[in-house]
Amino acid sequence: MPDWTPPTQVNLVDLGFMDSRSKLIDLAAFLDRVQRAGQESDFRVQALKNAIALLSQDKPQRARDVLLSFSDPSTAPVEKAAMQGATGAYK
Amino acid sequence: MQYIEPHGHMVSRTTDDYERMAIAGCQAICEPAFWAGYDRASAEGFYDYFRQITEYEPKRAAKFGIQHYCWLCINPKEAEDLKLADDVIALIPQFIDKPGVLGIGEIGLNKNSRNELKIFEQHVQVAQDYDALVLIHTPHLEDKLKGTRLIVEALKNFPKIKPERVIIDHVEEHTIDHVLDHGFWAGITLYPESKCTPNRAIDMLEHRHAERIWMNSACDWGVSDPLAVPKTMQAMRQRGWSPEMIQRVAWDNPRAFMGQSEKFKM
Repeated sequence: MPDWTPPTQVNLVDLGFMDSRSKLIDLAAFLDRVQRAGQESDFRVQALKNAIALLSQDKPQRARDVLLSFSDPSTAPVEKAAMQGATGAYK
Repeated sequence: MQYIEPHGHMVSRTTDDYERMAIAGCQAICEPAFWAGYDRASAEGFYDYFRQITEYEPKRAAKFGIQHYCWLCINPKEAEDLKLADDVIALIPQFIDKPGVLGIGEIGLNKNSRNELKIFEQHVQVAQDYDALVLIHTPHLEDKLKGTRLIVEALKNFPKIKPERVIIDHVEEHTIDHVLDHGFWAGITLYPESKCTPNRAIDMLEHRHAERIWMNSACDWGVSDPLAVPKTMQAMRQRGWSPEMIQRVAWDNPRAFMGQSEKFKM
């Protein structure tokens, strides 16, 4: 295997700002929508709000920490699988 | 640029998809055994499925100049039924020596249950008995972190299974370090909704210097994109990656891992 060659520096803000801006506004609109509908107590919405608070931290590990915030923190196997799918947030 | 699709469920894709992938530069597709979207009623359903991925799909791929390889198992979603799982595992020796079979996969966990773990360990035992490569599925969404940790712990009970012959797939930012730091290979799955976007995949590749990592589309019957790998290669170009480093991720890395099987000839 060749050694790691880092990519040449590009303007990542130029590449990603508009996409991120769009996703953030979509998220804001989603929170508005579920609030107007009286559904903001749903555990998934609460999990989103908890995760949003992590975006203000300084370390460049926000994606990791958001994923951790949605994760089941337990360590032992469950006795039986009660369902086959996943909801996206640990309840 | 040529690339390898190391994880695609082509039984659920159209022949047009093979053509589009060939036009995009795909030279080989590797198809892990997986859930059909419903629970199969008996092991006979798996017998037919194993015939499909070992006999029929290679011919369909060959029409477009693509090599087709596969992996065998009962997936963790159906592993809660221990009798069914035992019956399916008993079928594997009939198929494991076929030309395109690279190993056991995609085994793993889904909801992190005791039965899933038991069947996972039975599969690993088969891989150990046949000295086969192992491809591991990690659970979805909120179950991924716990499942990844359970899988890594379980593999420690199989000292003959070498970490460099195991790939743990569907890693994300909260699991990739745990997998790579234990010596395993890691797979990044590019999905439009769940799992990983091209830019997040590239972030992880840069963070870990692309060492022992492949990326795949895991295209199946759900929301997925069989061209996710070449689209990510394009995103790598936009982010300043050299052609050599793109080739390392899209070609050299999957070739190095699967080349540990003498059946993989690229």
